[in-house]
Amino acid sequence: MTTSPTGTGTFAPRPGAAPLPAQVLAQTRMETKLLLRNGEQLLLALVIPVIVLVGGVLAAGRIGLDFPEGVLETLAPGVLALAVMSTSFTSLAIATGFERRYGVLKRLGASPLPRSGLLMGKVGSLLVVEALQILVIGATAALLGWSPSPGVTGVLAGGAVVLLGTAAFASLGLFLAGALRAEATLAAANLVYLLLMAGGAVVIPASSYGALEPLVAALPSGALGNGMRAALMDGTFPVVPLLVLAAWTAVGTALTSRTFKWE
Amino acid sequence: MPFPGPRADDEHAVVVDDLTMRYGETLAVDGLSLEVARHSITAVLGPNGAGKTTTLETCEGYRRPQKGSVRVLGLDPQSQRRELLPRIGVMLQHGGAWSGVRAVEMLRHVASLHAHPLDIDMLVGRLGLESCGRTPYRRLSGGQQQRLALAMAVVGRPELVFVDEPTAGMDPQARRATWELLEELRADGVTIVLTTHYMDEAERLADQIHVIDQGRLIASGSPFELTRGTGNSTIRLVVTEPFPPGAPVSLQQALGPTTEVHPVNDQSLLISGPADASTLATVSAWCEKHGVLPESLSLGQRTLEDVFLQLTGRELTP
Repeated sequence: MTTSPTGTGTFAPRPGAAPLPAQVLAQTRMETKLLLRNGEQLLLALVIPVIVLVGGVLAAGRIGLDFPEGVLETLAPGVLALAVMSTSFTSLAIATGFERRYGVLKRLGASPLPRSGLLMGKVGSLLVVEALQILVIGATAALLGWSPSPGVTGVLAGGAVVLLGTAAFASLGLFLAGALRAEATLAAANLVYLLLMAGGAVVIPASSYGALEPLVAALPSGALGNGMRAALMDGTFPVVPLLVLAAWTAVGTALTSRTFKWE
Repeated sequence: MPFPGPRADDEHAVVVDDLTMRYGETLAVDGLSLEVARHSITAVLGPNGAGKTTTLETCEGYRRPQKGSVRVLGLDPQSQRRELLPRIGVMLQHGGAWSGVRAVEMLRHVASLHAHPLDIDMLVGRLGLESCGRTPYRRLSGGQQQRLALAMAVVGRPELVFVDEPTAGMDPQARRATWELLEELRADGVTIVLTTHYMDEAERLADQIHVIDQGRLIASGSPFELTRGTGNSTIRLVVTEPFPPGAPVSLQQALGPTTEVHPVNDQSLLISGPADASTLATVSAWCEKHGVLPESLSLGQRTLEDVFLQLTGRELTP
């Protein structure tokens, strides 16, 4: 039997994986740090939603934007939905696309971090960033005079909408990042974000789309926006939007697991 | 009793058995079998495109063997991947870090995925990465990226490290630091498998060399065994002008069947066989007869480069 020549040297083997929760925490921390360090990502995560909120409220009168429940009351939940979409879809897709390109996924694939741990780390960092977004956007809206009273049901419902919305958009974002090249992912993720922001019933209620209402309400963006509005404006549990988001999560997960390339 | 299948025992860290890998029309690895002894440095030597990286990546579990099998530390890199990964270190040839991550931050991150990582400051110092510790990955030089990749491969205190072209693009000083680290890892009981197309690297570091070309194993042995060859020596003839047409053939005829002539390029060739006075006289006479002016006629021990040339008829480093 061969034994290690020394066994006590500086580099003497002592392999082992860190406990999974510690690995997931490390991955979450790393991904969050990198996301917040990136100027474009911050623009997408915080600056654009705040501009949409403040701009929408200030310009509403001039451009004839009016909602029965009030402009701020309607826009604030929509902007929160927009923020969730920007992080869980666009930011995630772009970051993951470049992780593939730069061999980060390949490198981590040879580390003790399992794929499930990597995914949990990513979701963890999305939730941290979303919490930050909710804080900043909520504070901005409060400064503009927003004082929602969703009650316990509404708050719980809002949390459920954020979680399922994150799951749906993250699965779609990963599908994009795992199938396309990094540059194509960057372009597509931004384009889809802009299209959904403009016409996907995320900021503006689906009911404002006339005959197109059933269509936009079935989009993940429409379901996320309507869900947030139902939760925060009416304090109700938005069953249909949550079902729509669950369906998109299933679609996105199925597509991703069939097509995702790690390299 | 049936012949036992390939397995890694106490002696072997890696056992590759009849591995065949094909990409479309290209046969990247063609029935390759090789073994890696524990606590050794084993070099897989071959030109670009020989199948080195494909073989390594199959051992690392990135690719599934299309035919044949691979065992690493007694485990199947595919079905026992989770068990295997904490025990091996992997140095990729390119990339492997976020573009915006700082060098030491990346190393700390990889360390945090392991249970008993090495001391980061020590490792950073050993590889001369102190000066670029806070530099974003994308701004590191090629050599710094290589050293960081090596640090990431060993930080988890693995039993076995796979390093793919570890010193490609490094300056001589970084190269030496890398070699010294690999030698110290071996001394401390780590098994190292490295691919390289640098002869001097394989000769300096490796206990065992597997020479592969076009996906096949063409020679195995210690550097000494490979270069000692059959006891014959090598004569290298370099001339001032390109050889006249048909030169290698006519020289071969002049020298007779006990020697072999390998053209290297149009101004140099290699003669292997008994390096005695009569061979040298024949070469000189041939030069005179063909109006060829020798620039150098050197006699010496075969190098790995010569071995490769003799085995394949081609040069390792073009």
